[in-house]
Amino acid sequence: MKLTNRSKVVVDKELTWVEKLYLPAIVKGMMITFRHIFKKKATVRYPEQTRPVAPVYRGVHVLKRDEQGRENCTACGLCAVACPAEAITMDAAERQKGEEHLYREEKYAARYEINMLRCIFCGLCEEACPKDAIYLTDRILPSNYARGTFIYGKDILVEGITPDQRVDVSKRKKSYEMNT
Amino acid sequence: MDWTLLIDKSILVLVVFAISLGVAAYATYGERKIAAVIQDRIGPNRAGPFGLLQPLADGVKFFLKEDITPTGADKFLFVLGPALFIITALMTSAVIPWGHSFFIDGREFSLQVADLNVGILYILAVVSVGGYGIMIGGWASNNKFALMGAIRAASQMISYEVPLGMALVAIMLYSNSLSLRDIVDMQQGFRWNVFYQPLGFLLFLICTFAECNRAPFDLPESESELIGGYHTEYSSMKLGFFLFAEYINMFISSALIACLYFGGYHFPGLDSLGLHPNLLAVISILVLFAKILFFIFLFMWVRWTVPRFRYDQLMNVGWKVLIPLSIVNVLITGAWLTFVK
Repeated sequence: MKLTNRSKVVVDKELTWVEKLYLPAIVKGMMITFRHIFKKKATVRYPEQTRPVAPVYRGVHVLKRDEQGRENCTACGLCAVACPAEAITMDAAERQKGEEHLYREEKYAARYEINMLRCIFCGLCEEACPKDAIYLTDRILPSNYARGTFIYGKDILVEGITPDQRVDVSKRKKSYEMNT
Repeated sequence: MDWTLLIDKSILVLVVFAISLGVAAYATYGERKIAAVIQDRIGPNRAGPFGLLQPLADGVKFFLKEDITPTGADKFLFVLGPALFIITALMTSAVIPWGHSFFIDGREFSLQVADLNVGILYILAVVSVGGYGIMIGGWASNNKFALMGAIRAASQMISYEVPLGMALVAIMLYSNSLSLRDIVDMQQGFRWNVFYQPLGFLLFLICTFAECNRAPFDLPESESELIGGYHTEYSSMKLGFFLFAEYINMFISSALIACLYFGGYHFPGLDSLGLHPNLLAVISILVLFAKILFFIFLFMWVRWTVPRFRYDQLMNVGWKVLIPLSIVNVLITGAWLTFVK
């Protein structure tokens, strides 16, 4: 099977006198490396530049709020059950009087933690969620020095209230979700 | 005792010392940049603009690393190895003429630390002692990889010093002198030795690659087979000395190639312009450094192009190709000088 036009048949022949000098071959090689000096660099200067990611890229999670800024999550625990890596833990709490502007339903997650070192970014939590609360985003998980810092709590996961702090997850939404 | 001469020479020694170290430090930066651009990468660009402070960061890192001496090592020789290597590397710069003389208050200020009449022999001698630094370091480490590297270094240096010396013999025959300044002054106005000794130049170039332990002859320290070779057990600034001395060697070798074959600080037409002697001196230094930088670039360019020799291939090339060729070169030069000239 012929895949490319660049394949060369290997011949075990005696080297000619010029080939035995090796110097022409070395000069040829050096010309090739010299040309590479002026070629376009493949480097992506990461923190300043990022590579474009696919629309369905699965990065760091976000806990969504609704339009009025109330947390969607009701601490039902379906995401934790669905998680194959057992990375999600949560404590549920009951919404008190006067907290209606913070939580959408009567029950909410007082503590919601994802262990990012266990997480395999499969997106099953997102599929399990009945309340549109958890989504994976196109953000990349940053590195860190201490293991403890990889347990992300609500302070990192929940998106902000103001419009500019909201995290866009429209690319991750299924088409039937978009219509409703 | 002529005190002014002593002061002149001391200043020159200090300046040459500082420049050697500076060039060596920035050669590491250059090596990384050239490796990067040849491999379509960017290279160090975080420390300072264009990563220019990278050598400084590397140096600080070397000093802050833990200095380990292996339990089985010979404590005295373990320190002597890198010390000897870097001292000999720095010593070779003494006989290189860096440029035309300066004239200050009618007094000549020569830009050569010592105009030895046997300058070439001095360089050969000091370079051979440098080989001991590697051997002692590899032996004292008490490590099989280090010993293997040291053995390779020893055999390689012995093998390649013969054609190196033979290439120099042809130069000596041709220029009738062993003093580097005489050899450089002979090449005034485009009569560069490279045109009269092309084969000798090629032999000399190949042998300097081997003497500097640079690719494709970097067997003594091949990372992939000997995990670092003779400096496997070294850490901290002792390792830094080994690596640094290698870059100094490269700088001095480039200067030597420029002096022996490419007219040193001479540039065709420059001497006849009738410039002020001091201005001429400055330009001649720049000319020499341009040549040196080109050869340092060549060293790196070859390193990132050509793969490493196998040990038996190295010996084959050394003994069966380079030495016969160098003898032929000496014979041709001798015959030409006797019968034609």
